[in-house]
Amino acid sequence: MSAEAIPNREVLATTRSRGDGPIDMIGLVLTVITILVALASFFPIYWAVITSIKPDGEVISGSNSLWPNRMVFDSYIHIWNNTNIGIWYINSMVTSLIITALVIVSSAGCAYALSQLDFPGRRVIYVLILACFMVPMQALIVNHFVLMAQFKLLNTWAGIILPQLIVPVVIIVYKQFFDSVPKEFREAAQMDSAGHLKILFRIYLPMNWGVTASLAIITFIGAWNAFLWPFLAATGEATMTVPVGITQVKDAYGIVYGKLMASAVVAGLPVAVVYLIFQRRVTQAIMLSAGVKG
Amino acid sequence: MIVVGWEAKMLRDKRQEYLVALLLVGPFVLIYGALFDWPTIQMAMLSFTKAPLIGAGDWVGWDNYAKILSHKLFHQAFWNTAYFVLLTVIPNTLISLVIALAVNRLKGPVQGFVLACFFLPYILPVSVVFLTWNWIIDVQYGLVQGLVALFNGGQPISLTRTIPLFMPTVAFVTIWWTMGFNILLFIAGLRNISPEIYEAASLDSAGRWRQFQRITWPLIWPVTALVLTIQLIAQLKIFDQVYLFSIGGRQDATITLVQYVYKLAFQQNKGGEAATAAMLLFGMIIILSVLQYQLLRARGEK
Repeated sequence: MSAEAIPNREVLATTRSRGDGPIDMIGLVLTVITILVALASFFPIYWAVITSIKPDGEVISGSNSLWPNRMVFDSYIHIWNNTNIGIWYINSMVTSLIITALVIVSSAGCAYALSQLDFPGRRVIYVLILACFMVPMQALIVNHFVLMAQFKLLNTWAGIILPQLIVPVVIIVYKQFFDSVPKEFREAAQMDSAGHLKILFRIYLPMNWGVTASLAIITFIGAWNAFLWPFLAATGEATMTVPVGITQVKDAYGIVYGKLMASAVVAGLPVAVVYLIFQRRVTQAIMLSAGVKG
Repeated sequence: MIVVGWEAKMLRDKRQEYLVALLLVGPFVLIYGALFDWPTIQMAMLSFTKAPLIGAGDWVGWDNYAKILSHKLFHQAFWNTAYFVLLTVIPNTLISLVIALAVNRLKGPVQGFVLACFFLPYILPVSVVFLTWNWIIDVQYGLVQGLVALFNGGQPISLTRTIPLFMPTVAFVTIWWTMGFNILLFIAGLRNISPEIYEAASLDSAGRWRQFQRITWPLIWPVTALVLTIQLIAQLKIFDQVYLFSIGGRQDATITLVQYVYKLAFQQNKGGEAATAAMLLFGMIIILSVLQYQLLRARGEK
C-alpha cells in the first residue's frame, strides 16, 4: 500500500495514468494474477484436447502429465470407426447452415418491411415479435414435439430445423440498423425508379454487411450448439446432431476417457474455429443481442 | 391531366408497396405463426386437458393446475431451480465483474489473449462442456479428485452422485461456461465510462478501491442489472447441464422445472400435465421478462 501511495502523486501528475511506471508493483501483481486465472480458465479445454491424444494406458496411469509422452490419434480413429459421428456431422452442418440461411433471409426481409414500408398490420407484427422474447422456447418443447409428430417430421432434418427458426433477436437488430440508414439513400434510389427488393439487396443489405455477418455467425453457433430440441426431435442414431450423439451413444467397451474427449474436441472444433477467425464479429453479435450497441 | 396521372401512379405505387411488404413479411410471419404462435396457443389449450403426449384428451378445466401445484415433485423442481439460480446468478455476476475489471486494465495483445481464454468456453456446445468436466471430476481418474481427497481424508467422492454436491458442482461448471458472456458486457460498460472521470479522481489521489466504490460501481450498475436479469431468466430455463450430469443418477432429487416438463411429457406420456407445468414456467418467466424490459427501458431513456 505504502509503495503505491507515496510516488503516486508525482508519477500520476506527469504520466496521467496508472499502471505505466515500473513503480506500480500492485498493477504488475494484478496483471500476473489475471493471466494466471485466464490460463486456469482455459485449462479444462486444454486438458480435454491433451487427453484425446494420449494413449489409453497413459490416460489411466494417474501420472496426469501435462503433455502426452506419446502422441496418438487412436481415439479419433476409434470414434470414426465405431460411432456414427460422420453422419452426425453432416446432420449438424446441414441443419445449422439451413437454419442460419433461413433466419437471416426471412428476418432481413421482414425487418426491411417493418423499417421502411408502410402497410397495415405493421405495428401489430412488431409488437408480437417483441413479445416473443418473453416466451421461453423450453416451455414450447411439448407442443413443438406434437406439431412435428403430426407432420411426421421427427427424426428428419426438417424436424430439427423448423422450431429453431425462432430467433427474434436477429430481426430486432436488423430493424434497428435499417432504421438508422438515412432515408435519403432510399429516396434517391426510388427517384431512379428502383424497386424495394432492389433497394434492400443493393443498398440496405450491403450497407449492413458487417451486421449480417455477425448475426449469421452467432445464429450458426447457436444452431450448432443447440441441445434440447435436437435431443427431443432426433432419437434415432442416424438422425442425431453432433452435440446430441456424443452424449447419448456410449461405447460399451474399453477405456472411454480418451474417446469421449476426442468426440468432445471434434464437436467443439467448428465453433471454436469460427470464433477464433471471427472474434470481433462474435463479440459484436453478443453485444447487439444483449441490447448493447457495440 | 398531369395531376390525375400522378395520383394514379401514387395509387399504383401504394399497391405495389403492399405487395412488396407482403412478399417480405410473408415468410417471417408464416414461420412465427406456425412455429411460435400456434404452439403457444396449443400449449395453453393442452394444459386444460387430460391428453397423452400424442392424441386428444378430455377437457378437465383447472384440474391439472391444482394437481401440478400440489405435486411434490413440482415443488422439488421449483426449489432445485431456485437453488440453482441462487448458486449461479449472483456469484457469476460478481466473478465476471471482477474479471472484467482485471481484463480492462490490460492492453493490446495481452488483453486479447486473456479475453479469449475467458470467452472460449462460452461458445462451446453444452455437450462438450459436460464431457470435459465429467472427465475432470471423474471418481476414478479425474484430475480434481486429488483436490477432493485433501478435504475428504484421502477418499475420492463422486461430485455428481453425491446429492448435496450436485447443484454446487453443476453451478460451478455453468459459471465457468457462461461467464465469458457477462465479462464481455461488463467490459463494454467499463469502456463507456469516460476516462476523464478517472483522471479527475487520480489527481485527487483516490485509491483503487475508492475509485471503484465512487465511480466504477455506480456507473456500471445499469450493466450489472442487465447481466443479473439476463442470467436470472436464462437459469430459470436450465435443463441441459443438469440433465446431462444427472444421467444414471437419482434424477428426481436434482430435477429442475424444464426437466420436470420433460419428464411428464416424454417419460410419463402426460401431455396435458406437461403443458400445465410449461404454462407455469411460462408465467414465471413472463413476470421476470416484464421486469427486465422495464429495466432496459429505464436504461434506454437515460
